[in-house]
Amino acid sequence: MNTADTAHNEGPSAFAQAAELELRHVSKRYAGQREPAIGDLSFTVPAGEVCVLVGPSGSGKTTTMRLINRMIPISGGDILLGGRSVLTRDPKELRREIGYVIQQIGLFPHQTVDENIATVPRLLGWPKERVSARVHELLELIDLDPEEMRDRYPAQLSGGQRQRVGVARALAADPPLMLMDEPFGAIDPINRTRLQDEFLGLQEKVKKTVVFVTHDIDEAIKMGDRIAILREGGVLAQYDTPREILTHPADDFVAQFVGADRGLKRLALTRLSELKLIEPNGRRADASDGAQRVPVQTSVRDALSIMLSANGDPLTVVDDDGRVEGLFTLGLVEQLLADDAAAPPPGDGSAQAEAQPASQGRPV
Amino acid sequence: MHEFVEAFHFIARDGAVPGTPGLPSLARLTLETLKVSAIGVAISLVIAVPLGVWLGHLHRGSFLAINVGNVGRALPSLVVLAIGDAFLGLGLTVVEVALVILAVPPIVTNAYLGVDGVDRDLVDAARGMGMSAWETISRVELPLAAPLLFTGIRTAALFVVSTTTIAALAGFSGSLGDVIANETSYHFSGVLGAAICVAALALLVDGALLLVQRRLTPRGLRLEERARARGPLAEGAPA
Amino acid sequence: MALAPLIAAGPVIAAATEPVIPNYAAQSSSCEIHNDLFCGSWVSHNWGPVLWPALRDHILLALVAVGIGFVIAMALALAAHRFGWVERPTTAVTTILYTIPSLALFELLAAPVGLNVYSAEIALVSYTLLILFRNILAGLRSVPTEVLDAADGMGMSRGQALVRVELPLALPSIVAGLRIAIVTIIALTTVVYVIYNHGLGVPIHTALGEGPFKTELIAAGGLAIVLALFADGLLVAIQRLLTPWARARTG
Repeated sequence: MNTADTAHNEGPSAFAQAAELELRHVSKRYAGQREPAIGDLSFTVPAGEVCVLVGPSGSGKTTTMRLINRMIPISGGDILLGGRSVLTRDPKELRREIGYVIQQIGLFPHQTVDENIATVPRLLGWPKERVSARVHELLELIDLDPEEMRDRYPAQLSGGQRQRVGVARALAADPPLMLMDEPFGAIDPINRTRLQDEFLGLQEKVKKTVVFVTHDIDEAIKMGDRIAILREGGVLAQYDTPREILTHPADDFVAQFVGADRGLKRLALTRLSELKLIEPNGRRADASDGAQRVPVQTSVRDALSIMLSANGDPLTVVDDDGRVEGLFTLGLVEQLLADDAAAPPPGDGSAQAEAQPASQGRPV
Repeated sequence: MHEFVEAFHFIARDGAVPGTPGLPSLARLTLETLKVSAIGVAISLVIAVPLGVWLGHLHRGSFLAINVGNVGRALPSLVVLAIGDAFLGLGLTVVEVALVILAVPPIVTNAYLGVDGVDRDLVDAARGMGMSAWETISRVELPLAAPLLFTGIRTAALFVVSTTTIAALAGFSGSLGDVIANETSYHFSGVLGAAICVAALALLVDGALLLVQRRLTPRGLRLEERARARGPLAEGAPA
Repeated sequence: MALAPLIAAGPVIAAATEPVIPNYAAQSSSCEIHNDLFCGSWVSHNWGPVLWPALRDHILLALVAVGIGFVIAMALALAAHRFGWVERPTTAVTTILYTIPSLALFELLAAPVGLNVYSAEIALVSYTLLILFRNILAGLRSVPTEVLDAADGMGMSRGQALVRVELPLALPSIVAGLRIAIVTIIALTTVVYVIYNHGLGVPIHTALGEGPFKTELIAAGGLAIVLALFADGLLVAIQRLLTPWARARTG
């Protein structure tokens, strides 16, 4: 409860907390089953990062997640949250400290948006005014008008609004850790993209430690600071940044799982602004030459796609004010892929160092 | 417990009361009760099942079908019988009319709910395969509605047996109720003995209908029900 | 069982138990003498001494039965919700109780318990159990698993989840059960008079012995039916008040 106490002192506007999560040789066996559901799982999620658990059916993604807040009893190993074993904690108290978002959301249909979001603060016995202020703040954070929305029932919300309220409810008591089980799995593709972007924007502000389960590798690449790829039987196939996983898949399983188009996916991780663009004065690159202009925030993948549909001609890259930054050519793409491939595959120790570029390379 | 011993003696004597000759035998009264009830249930089935099934098939008249059940439940058997007695005199015909009035509502309501509740996708699939309305009803909707339909029929049968005995209170003669309503001739032991017979009869009728229901409920549906009762297989579904 | 003194204390009981025979010769109108369809004057003369006490006893008998039945059924349903094995034996026993025709059950209880309010209430309560048990349990089981999962995941204890989530969401099904139970019991209470001379069955019985006397029959029978429908409507209104979320829909 130490971490929670500090947040209380900082008042309702605090999103102060994020804690490191460490899994140590975690295993789960169900009675009467020969094979373990989770073998011997160890990895660490640094405070404030998003770790995506991804893998095929039966790889134990959800089971792993539910072991963390003790919804499923653990069979072996230990899980530490902020350096403290979750096994020593009272499960109810632990869960009140961990945000929990599931695919079906599970909003209480008989309670208003306000009451739903206030659930955990009320369980924790916060005073009324503080709960009310907190709900207000969270509704603004998720871009729902508090006056209009707080007295609505879940049945009166759209699917996307429900999902956002679900996230707000999980954030209510400023938990140091959020567990999200396929939170956008039941949403149509267009709204899913929007919700993903919104969540990444939200995460920029609240900087929670997040464990995010999905079966969609594209979502994993987009959302994760790190990705843990699990295979059948809850075995960790690779735990790395999205870029490393795409560039250096640990084995055939990972390579197959991320897909044959992993080169393209990698391109999606880099923006034009991160490239060393061709100097415009080397060639005629004025605004008048009819070359396609693309903003500097465009991902290399999208830029390549535009270039290919423009007969492979170089693109003019411009900044926000329309000033020419340089030229984007096919050669740059080859260069980028070659550089990535040449970089030494990082050992266990270098994963830490890779964390930074990964987060900045994420298209938001 | 002395009364119960006496009551069983009364049953063992087949309804004879020492010192009071000329009383009908208990077996005959039981058969009479069964006959009166069976006629009532049969007429009700003929009226209520087609009506409820048809409304359910059309997904129409839910207000009527459901409220007929609610209102029907509010009608006390004794009141229906007494009013029949007051205006028409309580012969077999009037008793049967009263039984039908009480038995039709639960059958209509449950038949409606059963058929109306059949998964629309299944009905759609049936029509997509070229089934006619009648084929859809007989091959898809009725079998799937069987459990609920039988719930209604069992409730109705219960009302009917119960009301047949109560008819004696309103002056109808020709059921086990005669004994219960006539403590003067039969003494309390006879009343109790008849009550035991009525209870046994009702339980037997219900049990018999339950067996028919099991027979007519498609096996696939029973398996599904059992699977649902057992609940989810494992605590944590694999991701 | 505080009902016995309650009813016994009523000053009007004596009037209800004494056979009320319309005195055709002395005070009766021609309507009563000819046993016309409905004599308003008879009803206004006999409301105080006959109909009201019968109605009041009827309401008390039914309310107490449903109240006690509800407490027992709720306890059984909660037990069955928690421990699955409770369901089968409970369903079996309550089905048997429900199946025994009212007239028979009253007499069966009269033997060990006596001709009194206790046997009347035991019989009425036993008829509510199956209906209420089934509906409460169905309501508790209808709560979506993801909602329970969310409650669990947010750290609610079992008791908190029950009180804050499961029972409110089971409310529509519980009230549906209460509606069926109260209507059924109000109808059945008309037969109670055979072992305990109270309720609207008393004037119905009297009227049957009088020819039958149509006005009294229609008045008492009508009261029983109206009472049942009124109770049903009242429960619908209460349910609407208690479940505002059920009416909230988009738009």
